[in-house]
Amino acid sequence: MAEVKLMKGNEVIAETAIRCGCDGYFGYPITPQSEVMETLMLRKPWEETGMVVLQAESELAAINMVYGGASCGKKVMTSSSSPGISLKQEGITYIAGAELPCLVVDVMRGGPGLGTIQPSQSDYFQATKGGGHGDYHLIVLAPASVQEMSDFVVLGFELAFKYRNPAMVLADGVIGQMMEKVVLPDYTPRWTEEEIEKMSGDWALTGKKNRQHHIITSLELEAPRQEVFNEKLQRKYREIEANEVRYEALYCEDADYIFVAYGSCARICQKSIQLAREEGIKVGLLRPITLYPFPTQPISDLCSKVKGFLSVEMSAGQMVEDVRLAVDGRVKVDFYGRMGGVVPTPEEIVVALKNKFKI
Amino acid sequence: MTEEIIIAGFGGQGVLSMGKILAYSGIMQDQEVSWMPSYGPEMRGGTANVTVIISDERISSPVLNAFDSAIVLNQQSMDKFEPLVKPGGTLIYDPNGITHHPTRTDISIYQIEGARLAAEGGNPKIFNMIILGGFLKVKPIINLDNLEKGLKKSLPARHHNLIPMNIEAVQTGMKELKVIHQL
Repeated sequence: MAEVKLMKGNEVIAETAIRCGCDGYFGYPITPQSEVMETLMLRKPWEETGMVVLQAESELAAINMVYGGASCGKKVMTSSSSPGISLKQEGITYIAGAELPCLVVDVMRGGPGLGTIQPSQSDYFQATKGGGHGDYHLIVLAPASVQEMSDFVVLGFELAFKYRNPAMVLADGVIGQMMEKVVLPDYTPRWTEEEIEKMSGDWALTGKKNRQHHIITSLELEAPRQEVFNEKLQRKYREIEANEVRYEALYCEDADYIFVAYGSCARICQKSIQLAREEGIKVGLLRPITLYPFPTQPISDLCSKVKGFLSVEMSAGQMVEDVRLAVDGRVKVDFYGRMGGVVPTPEEIVVALKNKFKI
Repeated sequence: MTEEIIIAGFGGQGVLSMGKILAYSGIMQDQEVSWMPSYGPEMRGGTANVTVIISDERISSPVLNAFDSAIVLNQQSMDKFEPLVKPGGTLIYDPNGITHHPTRTDISIYQIEGARLAAEGGNPKIFNMIILGGFLKVKPIINLDNLEKGLKKSLPARHHNLIPMNIEAVQTGMKELKVIHQL
């Protein structure tokens, strides 16, 4: 059996990147995710697997290095926290527009602006609705444990290459800073040039050799042609929505009320459920694992069985909009949240549930 | 069994590493564990705390507002965490630097003079292990064998020669624990 380790979420991101055959990490430090690059620098994977680790001069440089690496069919990534991810948005929309695979990790902190360094989930809109300009989506995975920090680095790369689309791991300061048990994946070697040619040779910049040259760009001067490209992108998003929805349903079978929460809030809500059930209030949890594509259908399916939904977030109310779209007015949807880096307690969530649904 | 613990004191007292050793020892005992540190500006200003949960079951929230046990190592932490111990719970503290001693009567309170004992032993670095010993005396959730294994896991190999000294410090803490108020 694989060894069980005790590690921080951020350390696990770095360790899993090395183990899953990542070719390059480009970053710029920011709390609460600085341990990602710190761990990589300590591990020196360039001596072990040949993986490049580079502290860029800025977030803008880092994301454009990712753009370059991804253009060559390489498995590349960056990580940051909220203000740094805002800086990277131009690069991210270019990468989405050029249909390139890459992994972006966002360990969210309180905003807006430089905000605070404590945990937050106030970048849900930015992550799931675009963030940069243009009609695009990232595939967004929301880990709720240190183990999922590892699992979703692997899955994020997998989905990014499957759909030639940037993927994001959207964590928060709690998941990044906490230590839990984790079983890391076995080592997968980095892809050879031949493997990249075989897998991505029809688009990647692998050297012209005896073929037509490839162009990686997000620019198209003819509007009708850009519309055709947008239609292609939208078909891809519909396919992702049809095939890649992931969620976890806990204690929903007999529930009268459902918490909808992701990441660390989903963990806190599990404690709230214990407390509420001790008082005889039957609550369940619907935890979106993919925030885009959002688990609209599973939430819709619960409407006939429950009295209401409470979206619990460390924000002013962002994901609750997607919950309302899924519920479509059939039962009551309410919201409880804390902002600016304040983490809600399990007890206050129970109080909010009772107040909002007059239990 | 689920034990929800807060360890709080000054940065440099070994608060975070005590939590890490406890969590690693929990893994050695086939328990579920979580370790959630304060990493905000308060840490940079000097105080540090960590929430450690050890349980037979899957751990829900790593962030808590009520604790089975509080290990308190300075006055600020006493002010903050004495009220957050669950009724019937346990508070263990080092009286060094404490000006307002705990007053609750619905919890068990113990004292361990970690700072004095560590200074007398000539090694201030074993302070946190003396405190941990005091805690394990009251709450024997980890046995000494697993603690030793946990130490091996959490310390780099070059420090493994210090493990016997650490175990000795834990035993000192177990011996020197004073009951202030027991339910």
